[in-house]
This record gives sequence, structure tokens and C-alpha cells, in this order.
Amino acid sequence: MNEVNFLLWVRGIGFDIALAIFVFGIMLRFMEILWLGRKPELAAVRGNGVASGMRTVFSRFLPADSNTLKRSLFMVVAGYGFHIGLFVVIFLFAPHAELIESVTGLSWPTLPSPIVDFFTVLTMLALMALLWRRLTHPVLRFLSTGEDYLMLLLTFLPVLTGYMAFHHLFLSYGWMLGLHILSVELLLIVIPFTKLIHMFTLFMARWYSGFMAGQKGVQS
Amino acid sequence: MTTRKDLTVGEALRTQGISRRGFLKFCAATASMMALPPSSIPAIAAALEKARRPSVIWLSFQECTGCTESLTRSHAPSIEGLIFNVISLDYHHTLQAASGDAAEEARHTAMKENDGKYIVVVDGSIPVKDGGVYSTIAGMTNLEILKETVAGAAAVIAVGSCAAFGGLPAANPNPTGAVSVSELVKDKPVVNIPGCPPIPVVISGVIAHFLTFGLPELDNLGRPKAFYGTSIHDRCYRRPFYDKGLFAETFDDEGAKKGWCLYKLGCKGPTTYNACATMKWNNGTSFPIEAGHGCIGCSEPQFWDAGGFYKALAEPTGNFTTTAGVAVAAGAALGAASGLLNRNKQKQAGAEHETVTADNLEKEQTS
Amino acid sequence: MSHLTDIPVALENLPSTHNVTPLLNEVRHALQALLTTGEATQIDLRSIPLSDRDVAQIQDALGVGEVEIQINALGPSMIKETTFAGVWWVEHRNSSNELTGRYIEITPVPDIVPSAMSDIQDGLERLNRRVE
Repeated sequence: MNEVNFLLWVRGIGFDIALAIFVFGIMLRFMEILWLGRKPELAAVRGNGVASGMRTVFSRFLPADSNTLKRSLFMVVAGYGFHIGLFVVIFLFAPHAELIESVTGLSWPTLPSPIVDFFTVLTMLALMALLWRRLTHPVLRFLSTGEDYLMLLLTFLPVLTGYMAFHHLFLSYGWMLGLHILSVELLLIVIPFTKLIHMFTLFMARWYSGFMAGQKGVQS
Repeated sequence: MTTRKDLTVGEALRTQGISRRGFLKFCAATASMMALPPSSIPAIAAALEKARRPSVIWLSFQECTGCTESLTRSHAPSIEGLIFNVISLDYHHTLQAASGDAAEEARHTAMKENDGKYIVVVDGSIPVKDGGVYSTIAGMTNLEILKETVAGAAAVIAVGSCAAFGGLPAANPNPTGAVSVSELVKDKPVVNIPGCPPIPVVISGVIAHFLTFGLPELDNLGRPKAFYGTSIHDRCYRRPFYDKGLFAETFDDEGAKKGWCLYKLGCKGPTTYNACATMKWNNGTSFPIEAGHGCIGCSEPQFWDAGGFYKALAEPTGNFTTTAGVAVAAGAALGAASGLLNRNKQKQAGAEHETVTADNLEKEQTS
Repeated sequence: MSHLTDIPVALENLPSTHNVTPLLNEVRHALQALLTTGEATQIDLRSIPLSDRDVAQIQDALGVGEVEIQINALGPSMIKETTFAGVWWVEHRNSSNELTGRYIEITPVPDIVPSAMSDIQDGLERLNRRVE
């Protein structure tokens, strides 16, 4: 298989397979959760559940209090660093936006590539810092499973290959671009079936706990 | 023009009344043609002075003559054209005056007289399906002519994307079983000069390199690194707009008028390796991107089947909407079924007053 | 219209490639090298991605100096000293007046200017034949 064939495959059949598994998996997981249902709430409603639910979706982006922040400063900085970095890199790089537009029809303005490049480096550094912490922190290390390391790797690879393709490192642009797309396709395939599903269920879960707390008249 | 075959290139030029200044100018253009720095001009002058005029046999197979057009129509009388005075083009069935048996005789004579030293230039792909019957010259299949001619050659130059990679004749579904030269010639050095057509200066530049310093350095696709070493994108004058995130969205919008990057309009510059952005076309006048159209990647393998000229490189090439639609429906149905099943299980467990122990949770964690 | 150059072309605000300043710096270093080591330098302007505006900017920056030489060999060549002595603007054209090379040469005299010994020899022979 030459460079052109490889690139064609990942842009063609490879993408079709990955996208199909991805949307299939997302639908499967959501329907599973939603159809499971909840027990009817018999207690008297004491507050606005919807407003509380909406608030909670956003309020939990912020650290709970200064004490928690101080105790886990490293996790907050590295965690936010790589999440924001990923957001910028995935959504605000022009070729990525072009891909999303071609699939969904949605478009938005993008950033100059040197800025995206900076965020790429930031993301990689944050991910490496998180791996280092996972390996050195005794409790975290004890709790870590193979999946945790695999997810870290699968998240890291698209960023790394994208960076290497952009800067023409090691392989020709075509091969590297192909590897980059392939690594993203791997990631797309595993997202619905691993802890990475949190990128979607997170909002539902937050809304639900906010909603329940709101109905009970307590702060979430 | 009468030329004696035992003359060196320097002598041949002098007999044409070309002065030393003219020769230096020729060497400067040759250096530029070979993508070498001006500091190499003295070395080129010395090498050309001594080089013998090589015999060249040009074979045209499944092609459109665009490559020959590119070269001969470039800009006569030109310095590149002079290169063709310093080689002995002994067979080229489009250009030669002789035809029929006389033409084939010329090929055989050149092969015999220069055994082991002549250069074979091929444009066009070679059909191999059904014994190669789809293209024949003088009753011989292209395959037979190629094998016979290459046997005594010093090297083979595959000119154009068809000869280098199969090109249009090999495009899906490839009815004639067309293949590239390098798929058939394994025991001789093959230099690929892809492009549809290749830049004329690049063709003559490779021949000039042959004359002066021998075989040029090649990349993994057999292309001379001097001309195919960087991508169009990396040498493009519109590159700063790509980096700033300024793109033309249509061919007639404000961005297109301002000369912004054509990436979103399907430009294949990032994956295309060629010298168009620096050497340009029509003697350095312009090149496709400068004229407002994205690169179509004509010098890359399978450019014709590479997923659409107007699709941005980032865009998927397949027809994903149907498969994704089916996947959504299947996911929803299976998810609902599984959710309902679990719900029933839950109800049943509630009705039967099943208890959950720490062991159950442990099991769930590890499963 | 027999030449491309006859077609009236209005230069719009073409994008700059930001290669002008680095190029002028290269000329500066080459001039310094010429003074200290006597080493001449040739810069092939066509090997660098430059827009027409860039070329005009470089030409403006270097200006036109005292010497202008036209050579007619395989087409015209224009060799002009810039306002900086030792920095030459060299343009080679073929017999159809199309540009075949554009260089900045940093040297006391570009190599192509002085008569070559082989041509002098040739000239002497022709003169001998004429006079004898």
C-alpha cells in the first residue's frame, strides 16, 4: 500500500467505518441510559428543577471551592490545560473545521495555525504531565487500569501525529496525515464504549443531578 | 542541424557559434534547471564542456503527447531547447521525419551503436492485460518494445504521470491493465518525472543532470529530489494566508479576489511534491495556484482517483451519510431494546426483593 | 502582441512573502564576505518564492547605480550595478526575450562580463584570417 492508497483508505472506507461505529455506539449508550427510566419522584416539588439542572451543567466547570482547588491544583491546571487545548486544536484548526462542515454543515471562524500549534504543544505537555502523575501518585496508580493508560495513549496519538504531519517530522506529509486520520478514527471507535463517553454523558449527568437537587430545594 | 556524434557538449555548442558568454548563460540556466545553487555553475561548465552527447530513444506508449507538447512547445528557441541539441534524439515517433520500417531501423541502429550507453525516455503507460494487445507500434506490443529497448540502456527516464505511475490509462477501472515503467523495468535505474504534463524545465533539467553529474538523487517514488523534494504547499506564495487562517470559500468570493489560500476549494498542494510553485509554467510566468485554481496533484500517483479535485484534503471521500444513518438507527434500536431489557430486570429484581451484596458490586467492577 | 510582456497587467496589491528582509540581509553578509575574504556570491532569485511585489521591493531597495551592461548572447542579458557598489542585478533572457534567470551577484564584476580567453583566441584567429 502506497501513501496515496493509504490516505484514500483512511479518508474513505476507514472514515465511513469509524463514523458508523461512533454514531452507532453513541446512540446505543444514550438509548440504554434513557430507556432504563427512573423511579417516579413522589416527594413534593420544592424548587425549579430545570433551572437548577441548567445551572449545574455550567457551574461544575468551576472548581468547588478554594480549598479543593489548592489541594488538587495540579489536576485542575493539567486537566483544564489539555481539555481546553483539545478543544482549540479540534475545533479551531481550519482543516478540522472544514471536515466538520463537510460532515455536519456547521461552520465557524478558525484560528491562525501558529496559535493552534501552540495549543497542540500545550495539550501534549498536559497529557504527559497527567501520565507522569498517574504513574507517580501512589493512590492514583493503584486505581489506574489498563483502560486508563490506553485512553491516554489514544488521546495523545492524534495530537502527536497531527503535530508531526504539520511540521513534516519523520514521515512525508501524506503518510503522517494518513496516520493522523487513522489515529482519530481509532479514537472515534473507542469513544462510545469507554470512559471517553463522558464527553457526551457528562452534560446529561450534571443536568440530572442538578435537576434532582433543584426539585428537592437543595443547592447542587 | 548536422551534428557529429563524437563531439562533446562544449564543442557542439561552439560549432553552433555560441560564445563563452552564451555558454556561461546556458550553464546558469542549466544550474537553475537542475535546482542547483549558482555556485555550482563552474562545475557544470566544466562537466558540460567534457560530456559526450548521449543517444536518446524516446518511446511513446499509452499517452496523449501532452508531455512532448510540454517540452517542444515550451519556448523555442530556448536555452532548454538547446539541451536537445546536445543530446542525440535518435528515435521519437512523433517528432522524427522517418516512418514505418525506416523509423524502427533508426531505433535498432541507435541501440546497436550505443549499446549499454543510451538513455530511454518513456512517456505513457504500458498496457499488460490480454498480452498487451491494447497498444501496438509496428506490430509489436508496447511491452515487447519496452523490453527490447531497455535491455541495452544505461538508464530509463519515465516522463509524465502515465509512465511514472500509470496515470490516466491506469485510472479506475483500468480497462487495459496499464502499468508504470518502474513496475516492468527492475534491472535498470528508472528516474520518474511525473506531472500531467511535467514542467518542461524539469525534463530538460534531469537530462542535464545526467550529462553533467550522472543520475540525480531520487526519493522513494523514484523522483529527483531536487525538483520533487518539497510540497507545493510549502513553497506556495499563498502559504502565509493558510497560516493566518484566511481562505477563499468559493472561486469568486472576496477571499478568492484577494488571493487567499485555496485549501478549502480542494487544493492538493499539501500532498503534492513538485516544483510548480518555484519554477512555474510558461517560462516562469505563473502556475495554477497563481491563476486562482487549486493544485489538482497531477504529479502524484493515482491523482485521478484520489477523491475529487474540489474536495478539501480534510474532507472524507466516501459516501458516509447512508452508513451513518443506518448506524444511528441500529444504535437507537439496539440501545432501546437493551435499555428496556435492563428495566425489566430491574423491576423483576425489585419485585423479588433481591439484595445486593458487596460481592455483587465487586463483580460488576471487574467485569 | 508577440510577447507576454505586451499584455497590460495591472499589479494589484499582491501578497508579500516576507522574504524581502531576509534576502537583503543575505546581500549584506555577502558584501561583508566580499570585503573580508574576496569571495563572490550569486543569489538565484528564482529559487526563492517571491511575488512580483517582492521583486519590485527588492529592486527598489537596491536602486540603480552607475553601470549598465547589455550582453547579446543567446538573447539579451541586462547587468546593472545597484546603488551599492559590488551588488549587481543580473537578468538573462532568451532570444524570445523571456526571462531565463534573475540573480543578485555580489562581486566586483560578474563573471559573464569579461571576454573569455577562448573567445579572444577565436577572435584573434578570425582577425588573422581577415588581415592576412
